[in-house]
Amino acid sequence: MKFLLGFWYILTSSYIKGLVGQALFTFFGFQFLNWLLPENLSEFSLMIGSIIGVIGFLLFAGVLTDWLLWIGGKETPLKHGAPEGKPEWTRYLRPDVNHKVIGIQYGYTSLFVLLVGGLFALIFRLELAQPGMQLLDYQQYNTLFSAHGIVMIVSILLGVGAMTNYLVPLMIGASDMSFPRLNAFSYWVSIPAIVLVLTGMAVGGWDTGWVGYPTLSLIGPLGTMFFLLGFYINGISSIAGSINILVTAATLRAPGMSLFRMPIFVWAALATSLIQFTATQTIAVALTLNLLERATGLVFFNPAQGGQPLLYQHLFWFYSHPVVYVFVLPGLGIISELLPVFARKPLFGYKWIALSSLGIALVGFLVWAHHMFVAGMSDTLRIVFMFSTLFVAIPTGVKFFSWVATLWEGKIELSTPMLFVLGAISVFLIGGITGPILGTVPTDLHLHDSYWVVGHFHATMFGGFIFPFFAGLYYWYPKITGHMYKEALGKLHFWLMVPGFWVMSFGQMSAGIMGMNRRYADYDPALGIETQQVLVTLAAFVIGWSVLIMIYNFIASARTEPVAAINPWGSRSPEWQIPSPAPEFNYDVPFEVVGDPYDYGLDKPYIRFQAAAGD
Amino acid sequence: MSATTAEHTHDLQHEAHSHVPPYHVQLKSNRMGLWLFFISEIFLFGALFAARFYLWYVPGVGQTRPELSQELGLLATTVLLVSSYFVFRGETAMEHGDRSRFLNSYMMAALLGLVFFVAVVVMEWNVFGLEGSIAGIELFGHLGVDDGVYAGVFYAMTGMHALHVITGVMLLLFVWNRGRKGDYSPERHWGVEGCALYWHYVDVVWVFFYPALYLIGTAVH
Repeated sequence: MKFLLGFWYILTSSYIKGLVGQALFTFFGFQFLNWLLPENLSEFSLMIGSIIGVIGFLLFAGVLTDWLLWIGGKETPLKHGAPEGKPEWTRYLRPDVNHKVIGIQYGYTSLFVLLVGGLFALIFRLELAQPGMQLLDYQQYNTLFSAHGIVMIVSILLGVGAMTNYLVPLMIGASDMSFPRLNAFSYWVSIPAIVLVLTGMAVGGWDTGWVGYPTLSLIGPLGTMFFLLGFYINGISSIAGSINILVTAATLRAPGMSLFRMPIFVWAALATSLIQFTATQTIAVALTLNLLERATGLVFFNPAQGGQPLLYQHLFWFYSHPVVYVFVLPGLGIISELLPVFARKPLFGYKWIALSSLGIALVGFLVWAHHMFVAGMSDTLRIVFMFSTLFVAIPTGVKFFSWVATLWEGKIELSTPMLFVLGAISVFLIGGITGPILGTVPTDLHLHDSYWVVGHFHATMFGGFIFPFFAGLYYWYPKITGHMYKEALGKLHFWLMVPGFWVMSFGQMSAGIMGMNRRYADYDPALGIETQQVLVTLAAFVIGWSVLIMIYNFIASARTEPVAAINPWGSRSPEWQIPSPAPEFNYDVPFEVVGDPYDYGLDKPYIRFQAAAGD
Repeated sequence: MSATTAEHTHDLQHEAHSHVPPYHVQLKSNRMGLWLFFISEIFLFGALFAARFYLWYVPGVGQTRPELSQELGLLATTVLLVSSYFVFRGETAMEHGDRSRFLNSYMMAALLGLVFFVAVVVMEWNVFGLEGSIAGIELFGHLGVDDGVYAGVFYAMTGMHALHVITGVMLLLFVWNRGRKGDYSPERHWGVEGCALYWHYVDVVWVFFYPALYLIGTAVH
């Protein structure tokens, strides 16, 4: 009976209601526009119909209810807790305004999407294990690697949202975000975006990769339109979410928490939000123009009609280069956050780390055209962008230096989160030192669009996001659930994933040097890279299984005894000084900051809970 | 400290530590959030602006622009600038507690915004394919989809701006409606203020778009 009731709650959840709304609104929106507009605009009708569908999702899911009531002149106080008569867990099935609930919603959605994107990768890795075509045809292969790219990017953005939403208000001593309803909106609008991308796979797929360059994107199958639109809608989530983080950290910090006394992760969240809330707009323009040219025949990019394809690449990379720093900055923040806890030492050079995050964000805006060295840009620009690109190594180097110095002579405790932090540093180092070779014009001309790029990129993403994200999940798991994960399974996960990744990374780079092209479905056996291809495929499966172990660990551990200690890691951070899971409004007793956050091993407190109020 | 005092202190703390931020903090957050949104939108309009100078540059000729009705452009621009005055007038009236002047001004601004929208979409875009003229001035634009990058950039820039104008009109009307029900006071009227800021912002964007579309470069085709 309880089981049936649970099933009923899921069936009537906002996810399902939203999907029904999206389907209905898309269908009727398309039918109406198709009837209204001339016949040659049917793709345009479908595009606008799909946008109406997104509104339908939000309406049916109940995300817009409060705002609509406000327009009608009704007061809408924030509602907290589960709806009456329903169990606590049903909060996760509907738009909830609490930042911890939203953070967790981001988290499990991110992991789910990660599994989907990973599955795509495993399928086309199987295809690549041998020369010749065995499993897929070319179009399926193209769709799968393109979808792998965009689905993983959405997953990473959701993961970033999970970390920043859950942690920032807790770390600065706020009871919630500045704009709780907007926060819920930011999460829920990403769901129809994912639906659109996956719909694109079902209606013909697309073969442009995740970059969607015209003119290929202009002549691609219908799936291209859904992919571009899904990408676009997800940007709304990024912009709204990042503005919320910036304002929250600016206005709701605990008394005494000056900028240089914030936990270091908050700096990372700020730097990442600064990129997100600005750069995302330029890709919105790139995608809008691309969609318009596809659907209406207006000309922007097609050179045959006077357009400039390079314009798209400029607008695209003005977002898409900085966005890799959106992916890695929170991860690097997690590394800096966790190292002092597990080395029991102050964080080396706090101010430098804080400012290096801003430095990376700033320099990240000046390097975008290094993705276009072979696209036909002027030589002068290539030199300029080569130097600015190499400049990124300076703030990144500051971080590495500080990490090593923090570890130096520390009392290092190798529990699972720390292992993942160390793994992250090792993997990010691989990504870091293979980067300048691509940032330098003469070597890039040879390695461009080779599997070397794939190796480099995956090393930065795993080192900068995946490993630190997993470290964070293990580290805050007791905070989020009140239970402890199983240490043995965590270690098993790590010892499968790290060697797996090293093999995958070196295999990809080696295949790239020997002539394997990026995005190709097939290769010549004469290249002599079959060993690498088989190894990369095997390693990918090992990584896939290890992630499943983690998810099993998290589900199974939730049924164990609650964790006894309030602060199992001996952390100085404010969120560990209160019960787990944190109360609805985080701090029942407010605190003020009286010291520095990372003075581990020193007898100086960071925060003091206020003894008496009324002042 | 006795047990009762401790309990009493705890109660006091609980009361003092309300979980809803006080109004002045929320107002500060609202203002900051809106300004960050404006900065964000600079990148949206800036990218379109840059696209215009990228695509309308012809080697050997320099910057070009399509031939558009100067009268229509000037009319639309004037209407929008005047609407901004009415929004300012309305907001100031609210600050002084003059509700009827606030309501009239916001309604006037919304109507002028609609006139601008009609001037751009119905007349300049000529979505209904109309013809007509007054005193030798053509009332309807003639740029068509087959006019290459000139049509593309023109529709993209004016379209993105018109989308913001129509959003602004809706906001003005929502705020007008709530103001009519007496929701705002001279002390607390964030809705009025935020809406006014947004309207001025959309207006300033047009101040950049208008010369880029109508004035800069050699008129061709």
